[in-house]
Amino acid sequence: MNSATREAYGKALIELGNTNPQVVALDADLAGSTKSAGFGAQHPERFFDMGISEADMVGTAAGLATCGKIPFASSFAVFCTGRAFEQIRNSVCNAHLNVKIVGSHAGPSCGEDGSSHQAVEDIAIMRSLPHMTVVVPADDVEAYAATLALAEHDGPAYLRVARLASPTIHDEDYQFDLLKGDLLRDGTDVTIVACGMMVPRALDAAKQLAEEGIDAQVVNIHTIKPIDEELLVTCAQKTGKVITIEEGSIVGGLGTAVCETLSEKCPVPVRRIGMFDIFGTSGEGSALLDYYGLNAEHIIDCARELCQ
Amino acid sequence: MAYDLVNVTKKMRAHIVEMLAAAGSGHPGGSLSATDIIATLYFKHMHVDPGNPLWEDRDRFVLGKGHAAPALYAALAMRGFFPEEELITLRKIGSRLQGHPCRTETPGVDMSTGSLGQGLSVANGMALAGRLDGRDYYVYCVMGDGELQEGQVWEAAMSAAHYRLDHVIAFVDHNGLQIDGPNSQVMNVEPIDEKFRAFGWNAMRIDGHDLDAIDAAIIAAKATEGKPTVIVCETVKGKGVSFMENVVDWHGVAPNAEQAKRALAELAAN
Repeated sequence: MNSATREAYGKALIELGNTNPQVVALDADLAGSTKSAGFGAQHPERFFDMGISEADMVGTAAGLATCGKIPFASSFAVFCTGRAFEQIRNSVCNAHLNVKIVGSHAGPSCGEDGSSHQAVEDIAIMRSLPHMTVVVPADDVEAYAATLALAEHDGPAYLRVARLASPTIHDEDYQFDLLKGDLLRDGTDVTIVACGMMVPRALDAAKQLAEEGIDAQVVNIHTIKPIDEELLVTCAQKTGKVITIEEGSIVGGLGTAVCETLSEKCPVPVRRIGMFDIFGTSGEGSALLDYYGLNAEHIIDCARELCQ
Repeated sequence: MAYDLVNVTKKMRAHIVEMLAAAGSGHPGGSLSATDIIATLYFKHMHVDPGNPLWEDRDRFVLGKGHAAPALYAALAMRGFFPEEELITLRKIGSRLQGHPCRTETPGVDMSTGSLGQGLSVANGMALAGRLDGRDYYVYCVMGDGELQEGQVWEAAMSAAHYRLDHVIAFVDHNGLQIDGPNSQVMNVEPIDEKFRAFGWNAMRIDGHDLDAIDAAIIAAKATEGKPTVIVCETVKGKGVSFMENVVDWHGVAPNAEQAKRALAELAAN
């Protein structure tokens, strides 16, 4: 409970190791941080530390996948999606291979390491690749379930997990559906669409908005690609106003994905909260989220403006 | 079944010329330089089953230098993976034969390649999977010499030695030329065998058009335990077509009808 999504990923990976002999794991010298090390300790013959070489890690994972293995290749989100982007494009997605890329320490909540280590563009670039599924779990329960679900899903996928511990919002019996968005709170005035660590903040904002008479709906879009268009359209039709919030760039990320869907299928006013054309900086992770306005207060301001 | 390798390579080269002429684009130089290596693999060493291209125990082949796809396609068609008549559909809309290999479209293609430098990592992954599954197959990877300029090749070279992948056998088609000119002028890659040796590989250097030498090198590579082998093959870009040999401009230009006719006449006469 209330642990980081990377911790839950590591636990799920161990569980997969116990239940699915085809699952293998690779890391690029960050196994202790990405939490793939637990799998390595329990299943050493199926764990490959590739050293600090993300491109080779992804290529090796692709080769393993051609032989029916289900590789989970982990590193910091910046490095596994950025450094190895073209390997993911050509050796994984273009080759239709069942490789799971897991990027941890995503977004400014990565913290003190600063902008070089804080992925803000990973969702955008992974989402742009044909065949790629992109998942950003909201809490530890969902991260665990998503990891298991991705092992069952035949195709390339990107799983984004966070460094910081965050509140658990789902019950233990939560039924995760990779292809369905997660309506967490119904409402009539405005829809708040969030992913990752922004989801508890969206719920917090909705609670505060209720006190001032604004009835907000909260949707957790854990799977940004393929996105649950049906749910988004239903929500937009109901409230007529949408706010998106994500821990990363609004250029190409969740906000963009929501706008792409709604502008074609149900045009309504949308406000996107996130980082616009900036990199992060050093600081304590949760303080940085406030620093960039990735919090309930910003959502509340937007909701007030939209509901005037 | 024993094949006459000399005839095989002749026919492969003729196919390469014909399909590139029909396509009107593509890479004759590097396809012709890699022909003898690929022929020796597919017609003498590799355990494959054209009736079951995904046979789990098959030997694997990764064409790191994916632009030599015509040579691979000729070998696969002649080996029975798909009809030889299909070769002239190369690079056309709707064809199963893309300009660079595509594993999901072409029977017998084990890996999609074309972006240089990515093949050896994939070969390593295939070898690791074989080890995990207790299978004894070999994984062959043919790289270009210019391709060695990609950093990923050396990441993979490190990994193959670290994981003692003695079932990875790599070839460098060392024809000395790349798009912008001779390797030695564009970006020197020598000494190739010493570099691989320093990375922990077994390394050999042979005449890449001597079929017996290629055969002997593969046999020696298979006998090597505990480390991967690289066979640096000294080759001639455009080998077999006099006006293409050692001419850098034939890297990525297809012969026109008249040139193809001359090339085919030469190949038939030799």
